[in-house]
Formats: sequence, C-alpha cells, structure tokens
Amino acid sequence: MPFRILKKKILAPSIKKIVVKAPLIARKAKAGQFVILRVDEHGERIPLTLVDWNEKEGTITLIFQEVGVSTLKLGLLEEGDEIHDILGPVGNPGEYVRDQTICVVAGGVGIGAAYPRTKQLKELGNYIVSIIGARSAELLILEEEMKKYSDEIYITTDDGSKGRKGFVTEVLKELLEKGRKFDQVLSIGPPIMMKVTCDVTKPFGVKTIVSLNSMMVCGMGMCGACRVTVGGETKFTCVHGPEFDGHLVDFNELMMRLRMYKEEEQIALEKFKKNILVKSHASG
Amino acid sequence: MPLDKERLKRVPMRELSVEERIKTFNEVPLGYTEEEAIKEASRCLQCVKPFCVGGCPVGINIPAFIKAISKGEFEEALKIIRKANIIPAITGRVCPQEDQCEGRCVMHKIGDPINIGALERFIGDWALKHKSELFKVPEIPKKNKQVAVIGSGPAGIAAAADLAKMGYDVTMFEALHEPGGVLMYGIPEFRLPKRIVRSELEYLRKLGVEIKTNVLIGRTITLDELLKEFDAIFIGTGAGLPRFLGVPGENLNGIYSANEFLIRINLMRAFEFPEKSDTPIKVFGTVAVIGGGNVAMDAARSALRMGAEEVKIIYRRTEKEMPARAEEIRRAKEEGIQFKLLTQPIEFIGENGYVKKIKCIKMKLGEPDESGRRRPIPIPGSEFEEKADIVVLAVGQRPNTTVTFGTNNLKLTKWGTIWVNPETLETSIKGVFAGGDIVTGAATVISAMGAGRKAAKSINAFLSKQ
Repeated sequence: MPFRILKKKILAPSIKKIVVKAPLIARKAKAGQFVILRVDEHGERIPLTLVDWNEKEGTITLIFQEVGVSTLKLGLLEEGDEIHDILGPVGNPGEYVRDQTICVVAGGVGIGAAYPRTKQLKELGNYIVSIIGARSAELLILEEEMKKYSDEIYITTDDGSKGRKGFVTEVLKELLEKGRKFDQVLSIGPPIMMKVTCDVTKPFGVKTIVSLNSMMVCGMGMCGACRVTVGGETKFTCVHGPEFDGHLVDFNELMMRLRMYKEEEQIALEKFKKNILVKSHASG
Repeated sequence: MPLDKERLKRVPMRELSVEERIKTFNEVPLGYTEEEAIKEASRCLQCVKPFCVGGCPVGINIPAFIKAISKGEFEEALKIIRKANIIPAITGRVCPQEDQCEGRCVMHKIGDPINIGALERFIGDWALKHKSELFKVPEIPKKNKQVAVIGSGPAGIAAAADLAKMGYDVTMFEALHEPGGVLMYGIPEFRLPKRIVRSELEYLRKLGVEIKTNVLIGRTITLDELLKEFDAIFIGTGAGLPRFLGVPGENLNGIYSANEFLIRINLMRAFEFPEKSDTPIKVFGTVAVIGGGNVAMDAARSALRMGAEEVKIIYRRTEKEMPARAEEIRRAKEEGIQFKLLTQPIEFIGENGYVKKIKCIKMKLGEPDESGRRRPIPIPGSEFEEKADIVVLAVGQRPNTTVTFGTNNLKLTKWGTIWVNPETLETSIKGVFAGGDIVTGAATVISAMGAGRKAAKSINAFLSKQ
C-alpha cells in the first residue's frame, strides 16, 4: 500500500508538516506513539512522532525539521509523492490521567510531538498550562493549536522576537517558585530542554514525564540502538518508552548517544548538498 | 563407482582466497560446478535405510535427490527437494549439516560424509539460474480458507509454502521493510547473498502467498483482530530481543548489540554509506566481539570486511564449548580473527563517550551446567584490559513479545517464549499456532523451518475438521 503524501505545508523555515495516507496506522494511533519511516530505497529508518491522525480519512500527520539527510530528503517530497516505508504506530501510548493540573513544556519541533498529548489530556478533563518556545518567532509552530487545548499558555523565544525572551524552563521555574502546583509536568523537546525541565522540577517534587527522541533503527525492540539508562536500568525507548519518568533518565548518556554519528552525518550531509547542486545545475 | 580411495574423499569446494574475502562481502564458498556435483553425488552409497533423512528437520528425501544429481537430472532433484523445502539455496548454505544429515551419513565410518549441504545448494542455485521455466507453479485447487503467517523468516516461509501448496490463501506479515527475517537482517552477505533470499521469496509469492511488509502484529494489527479475519494463524516471529551483559559502560558509543550491528550492515547496507545507503556504522581500529556463537562469527567477519584493523572474539569458555559451527570458526581464524578465550568482560571504559577499553577477567572451567557445557568461573585477581574501539555484543537473544500486545489469552512460558502443545504446536488460543525461535528460544534456520512445516500440517488438520 503506497504511503502517499496528500498535503504538505511549510510551518517555518526548515519545519514541514505532511499528511500521509496510512490507514492501518491511522486506525490504531494513540497520543504519544510514533512511526518509523524510510524515505526511499536507500533511506535510513528514522522515528517521527505521530502529530495527528484521521481514521475516517485513513491519514496521519507528521511534522519534521530538516536537520539531516533523511529529513532533507523527506522535505523534498511533494504532494502526490510516496514515502517508501512507514511502520507504526510503535511505542507505548502516553499515560491517561484525568482531572489533574498538567504543565506541558515544549520546545522547537517538539511542540509537534507535544500537541497530540496536550489535546488528549485536555479532552480527558485536565487543566492544561502550556509553556512553548522556539529560537525565534518564525520558528514557533502550532501556536494556535496549542492555545486551543490550553487553559493558560506562555510563549518564549531565545531572541525575544515573540513572547518572553528566554527559555521555557525559566517560565516553569518562576511558576513553581511562585507556589504554582502541578500534578504533573510533561516535557517534550530537545534533550537539553527536557534535562533542564527535570532539574527545575526535582526540588519541587513534581512528577515529570519526558518523551525521548533516541537514535533508533528497528523501532520494535530488536536492535537496542535506542537504549537509555532509566533508574539505573537499561531500557529501550522504542518498546519501554518513549515516555519515561524524567527524574530517572540519564540525560547525559542520551545526549552522548545522540552525538554518536555526528561525523558521519556531516559527511552524508555534504555529499547530499553537493548532489543537489549538481542536479540543479544539470536541470538549470 | 568402486569404494576406492578417491570415493572416500569429498570433492572439495572452491573458496574465495583469504586476501579476496576480507576486502569484500562476496560469498566465500563458491559452490560446485555441474561436474563436481555429479562426482560428489556419485559417492553416495544410496543406503536402503538412509540415516541422513532422519537427521533432516524437514525430512528431505536426501538419497533420492542425490541419485538424481548423479544422473545429471537436476530438475528432478529440485522437484524432490521442493516437496520438503522450498528454499534449498538458503538451507544448503546455512544449515549445520555436520550435526544433521551429514552427521548421520554412514560414509563417516570409512571416510568423509557426503557433502549434502553443498549438493542441496547446487540444486538451489541451479534452479535460480534457470528461473523462468522452473518457477512455474502448478494450478492448486483453492480451499477458500484464510491463514495468516506472522513473521517472514525461516519458520514463516516454511509454513506459508506448505499451506499455499495445500490450497490455503496465505497472507504473511513482516514488521521490517523487507521480508526474510533473520535471512535478510542477520546472516551476512558473504554467507548468504541477499539476492538469493530475494529470489527464493519470489517463489513463495508465485505460490500465491501475499507478503505485507511494515505491519507489526501487536501494534499495527492485534492478534485478536487477525482472528476475526483469518481461519487460522501461525506465529513465527523469532527471538528478537538482544541480551546485554549488564556491566558498567555498556551504553557507551561504539558498543552495538550484534542485532544492531548486523541490521545496519545487512538490511540497511551501511557498507554502501554514504553513496547508496543513508545508514551509518562505525567500524575502525580494534573491534571486539563478545560471544562464541555463529552470530559472533558473523559479526567478527563482517567487522573485518568493514575495514577493522584487527578483530578479536572474546569468549568466556574454550573453543570446544563454542556454539558456532566448526566451519565458521575455521573461516574466522583463516581470515585472521583472534580468539581471546576464557575471558569475560566486566566493564567497558570510555573516553569522551566512546568506548576505548574493556576490563576483562580470566575464567576457568568448572563443573558442567544445565546446558551440559562446563561452567566458566572467574579467577579472582586476574583482571586485565583489552583495547577496543568498537564492541559488538553477541551474547544471545530473548523472545520479543510484541505479538502478544492487545491479546490476553496467549499463554507464555516462564522464559517468555510462547507456550504450545508440543504435538500440534497449537498455542493456548484455538486456531493459533506457533513455531521456531519464539517457541524454542534462539536455534537454527532449519529447525525453525521444521517447526513451520509441522505447524502447517496441524493447521491443515485443524481447518479440515471445520
């Protein structure tokens, strides 16, 4: 069954949203789960969080930032094009909680991953305080969608071009220091942001859930590429996660493992860019 | 042929020279020519009571196909093999024949056993070369009953082939993007070329089996949902959860499970990075492979071909206890892989997040354990360090139970494998059967195929009663 791209939208420079035909995945998707995607026959297997899905239409929505060869290739596909392989939904759905006050802390493209959980938790009757942030105003995505499912929302940008200048975690810290009570903090974004969120909440004893973005290959527990230390034990993000108790996660190890192929990624990126230039010369 | 000296010796199989092998992923044993195959087949004594057949988990009529080869009737030989085994080009390469058919060959008493594996492979390869006419499939009367096969590895392939030949509509589900299971992601190119796996799977499709990739049963579709659409189900999902040692430093960069290492190379073709594959892998300097099974040999020999300067196998017992095939150990040694025996890693030491050294302890052998092999015991105070830029852990697998997600009635054993009735291979759910590594724990390609065939028989009996 072809995984055809039905809609494509540029949300911000280098951040794209696609709606893809994938009826089997749309039928089963739950907030917090993800897919493993392979762009073309040479492609690597990469995890992407399910942002939205429509069972009736048989579609899933994905948001990605173009950072490496795989996401750049994905970004080059247009409406009507097909993605070679999509496996899913994989990973465990996020925990259902009701009637709690929950603070959602999300940054960058991670807002895309936080959105379905925010929506679900709001619909389950929780009171949602969202703190979302990006490097700059133009990189801030899903602001309207997040507003729709939040009872309160705070916005930050690193450069101050929108909302408050600074980091999401600074807002969280201030709220906690002012005595604001949360039953739970859900943090989804770059590893360093999730790490700092956990550092901020720990002294206040607030339960903090993080959704990890480990490097992955199989997505089904076969390979162990996504292993991470949680509470002193090795866990696989794909089958035991992706959500974990953030206070137990060894973030330094996670960040170290995410850097494993930095050199190779750079080589691949340069080769890819060169090829694109050659192609555009040839066609131009 | 008289029982002369020449008949006692095997026709040797040509192999790629060591110099050529270690630079490429090309297959090492080159296979018999027609003349060589006929000569080897003519050595067979054609026993009235052939012991070899009893050693074959799928029950191939070995003397009959060998006789056909000796007469140059290769198509006839193919027909005989295909009755029991649709993938001779694969099993001829990867079966541990020395423990099975060849191990029981009477020629053992006076000389070399018949090279049954090589002859089977010869016929498999011959069939692939003459594809078009030989791959025609006879018209099979349809039974109009649906069977789902979960997993497209050896167990699933054997079950699906038999069921399709019986006239069932078979749909096979594979979670990865390419079918073949361990034949595709696990066994390296130099032992089992992937074009051969693809061709053999083509025959399965010709038999009418529909193969659906990117479907993870337990996640994409649950077993309970499948039961509503299919009259019977076979689970052959294999042993897919890698074991780790549980020692400090195990998550350092540069440390792979054998599954990850081999998936990156075999399935994702990391050896073509960055030209024709986007999947990277790190192989450089000193590579240490922990373990003594076939997977360890595969990983070590792959590392060499990926450009490692030196490769060493670290194993806690002696060579005698190694579960790997003697042939694979021999080839690994020929290629220059070092063996550090009676050695157990106790810690991985890194620098800037990347592994650099392994802290090991020397072992000695004690009394036999439950596996019958002598138990390794650490020698206190014998700790030492081994250099390692890359480490591959090939220390076994546990069952992956994803297939059970969303169903409550599937009984598991205390080891996490699926419980089955040993006679029928039926699970605790009526109409659901299982076989291969998901039932037995990690074993061989051919034993999984044997289980697949057995389950197909039971499924036929079950559906015939309905």
